[in-house]
Amino acid sequence: MIQVAATHRLSIDCEGDIIAVRRRVRDIAELRKFDSFATAAITTASSELARNALVHGGKGVALIEEVTDGSRLGIRIVFEDEGPGIEDIPRVLAGGYTTARSMGLGLSGSKRLVDEFALESTPGSGTKVTVTKWRRF
Amino acid sequence: MSAHSQIPILRIGSTLLVSIQIDLHDAVAEAFQADVLSAIEQRGTTGLVVDISGLDMVDTYVARILAETGRMAKLMGTSTVLVGMRPEVAATLVRMGYGLEGVRTALDLDDGLALLGHVIARR
Repeated sequence: MIQVAATHRLSIDCEGDIIAVRRRVRDIAELRKFDSFATAAITTASSELARNALVHGGKGVALIEEVTDGSRLGIRIVFEDEGPGIEDIPRVLAGGYTTARSMGLGLSGSKRLVDEFALESTPGSGTKVTVTKWRRF
Repeated sequence: MSAHSQIPILRIGSTLLVSIQIDLHDAVAEAFQADVLSAIEQRGTTGLVVDISGLDMVDTYVARILAETGRMAKLMGTSTVLVGMRPEVAATLVRMGYGLEGVRTALDLDDGLALLGHVIARR
């Protein structure tokens, strides 16, 4: 059973907040002794998803959770925005969706960097992306 | 030479050398590109080396800025080599499906300058 050991809530209202989110994620990953590749992966995914929340949602929130599952230790991050939502989720996850300011690789790329990825979106009421990265032994 | 981006641009003969050590967010990225292009225009520049050994994370936004800068320099007749990419950055970019195609890369500054020499000699 997954238990939450600590939570950190950061709002994403401007570009500087994207940097703040990914720095906090990096600090936690390093503190929890994730290897450098896993640290880069979860930090980069956080940067992509925080930018998505800001660009597509106008603003958003990142809830960073330090989680355990038995002896496993992980970082789970929930990104939520109240933007227009995503009409065609399969297409977005295939990486074929491009906008003026991203290359359409933000969501599909992030998915490949983490161990667990969940995307919930309702057109008109926002998007919620949950990612989890587990520490390798 | 303007320095709005706070990223110093060094000149060695006809080659420009920039080392990115800070987070490239929107305002900095645009100023960086403008500074590099202004420096290229100044006199007889043929090569540009961009060192990213100071970056512990390159997301698709930063990758796009780097690739764009290389394409802009190319339009002005300057060849670009990206050097110093860390192993975890290379792994992350490829896993995301962004291999920086079309951008010349070299392991470090020495190799980058050597590669630039070959590229410019062949032109």
